[in-house]
Amino acid sequence: MSARLVWRVARLTAIRDETATARTLVLTVPDWPGHLAGQHVDVRLTAEDGYSTQRSYSIASAADGETVELTVQQVPDGEVSPYLGEVLSIGDPVELRGPVGGYFAWRPESTAPVLLIAGGSGIVPLMAMIRARRAAGSRVPFRLIYSVRTPHDIYYADELRMRARDDAGLDVAYAFTRAVPDGWPSPPRRLGVAEVNTHGWPADFEPECFICGPTGFVETVADILVALGHDPQRVRTERFGPSGA
Amino acid sequence: MGIISPGFRGRPRSPGPQLPPGQYLTEDFPVLSAGPTPRIPLETWEFSITTEAGTAYTWSWPELTALPAQTPTVDLHCVTKWSKLGTGWRGVSLDTLLGDVETAADFAMARSYGGYTTNLPLADLLDGKAWIVYEYDGEPLHPEHGGPARLLVPHLYLWKSAKWIRGIQLLLDDVPGFWETAGYHEYGDPWREQRYQGD
Ligand SMILES: Cc1cc2nc3c(=O)[nH]c(=O)nc-3n(C[C@H](O)[C@H](O)[C@H](O)COP(=O)(O)OP(=O)(O)OC[C@H]3O[C@@H](n4cnc5c(N)ncnc54)[C@H](O)[C@@H]3O)c2cc1C
Repeated sequence: MSARLVWRVARLTAIRDETATARTLVLTVPDWPGHLAGQHVDVRLTAEDGYSTQRSYSIASAADGETVELTVQQVPDGEVSPYLGEVLSIGDPVELRGPVGGYFAWRPESTAPVLLIAGGSGIVPLMAMIRARRAAGSRVPFRLIYSVRTPHDIYYADELRMRARDDAGLDVAYAFTRAVPDGWPSPPRRLGVAEVNTHGWPADFEPECFICGPTGFVETVADILVALGHDPQRVRTERFGPSGA
Repeated sequence: MGIISPGFRGRPRSPGPQLPPGQYLTEDFPVLSAGPTPRIPLETWEFSITTEAGTAYTWSWPELTALPAQTPTVDLHCVTKWSKLGTGWRGVSLDTLLGDVETAADFAMARSYGGYTTNLPLADLLDGKAWIVYEYDGEPLHPEHGGPARLLVPHLYLWKSAKWIRGIQLLLDDVPGFWETAGYHEYGDPWREQRYQGD
């Protein structure tokens, strides 16, 4: 059995609030084998009566020793996310295994331009890619289009502002679906072909495209990219959940 | 059993239906696919079974839908942990499609529009265990869920039920498909929790 399949007992070592309903869990995972940006872990919770359940969470951080960061959006009435988002406390153990999934992953040796399109919590694995790009000193041009409901729903807001300023070759564009910041040039609307065309790469640059978010969002954006002439083989998707954001 | 998660109780549990280990029940129909959803016009759609000798048996959309149909009601188990019980489908049994096919193969590779592949033992497609389905819940199968037609092999994890099915290639030797190459289990029995290689 390969090491990534072993259940490991991680400890929560720090917490960062990203929004009112999402927080980043900084975990220390003994003997963590490292990971690629875009991969996820399986988290297992076990109740006192032996009942146990698992969910997948993307890794938010670039590979960094035994530290693994997850960012969890609390889903109302969810079984697992409210526990990770509210109950789990510093020092508590949590079981996980991974890293899982080598397809929705960005490799630092890759030279193609990259287009990242996130809907809501779908930013998590894409942020890992932005962080891994910086960690590797890669100069591959990256563009991120990040769709959120309101300005208060942006994860990693300060870091994204800083990276867009300091990381040469990284562009960040936002789309707001419910409320826009003061002075924003357009009313709130769903991400459409205009935004993808304006802030993405032309298809003939042959970018690697990574789309992540709720199922409906990913379906829409993937269709747009294909309609704009992107080769479906270069459009990689990760669907987080059933409902629209 | 895992270590106890302090303060975790889980959702109130009734002694409900038995689920495979590690699965939880959902009423939704989540989607797992690696790329965009292919859109395949019915006029050009076809499905073929190709033997190890290279002989191809091909059905157009009118030909497939004219075959005797079955309406299986089955439970689905996805490797991403959700299970959905009692789903209703309409389609053609692989027994019907393989009925006239001459082969000595033991393995099958399902191939999809869009390039997806997944491998299965041929035996798992026979004896009323697998269908090419084109209706879900009384409606034409939505592209997101694999329409116009997908393979349905409900006794294995759902990634074996190739969406947007285009053909089945019969093989003498087992060859890993798309997710199997990426580290998923070569067989994928939910009741034995065969998620990843080595499980
Ligand atoms: C590969 C992968 C990576 C993922 N990465 C992340 C991540 O980085 N961060 C993160 O927060 N989540 C991520 N998810 C989603 C996560 O696995 C859970 O589905 C989510 O946390 C909800 O679990 P729950 O137990 O709280 O809700 P459940 O008890 O499973 O569901 C409660 C209700 O919420 C609905 N629901 C379930 N999931 C979602 C969702 N994602 N959005 C909206 N409604 C939902 C259900 O249909 C149900 O009605 C990922 C999923 C996958 C498959």
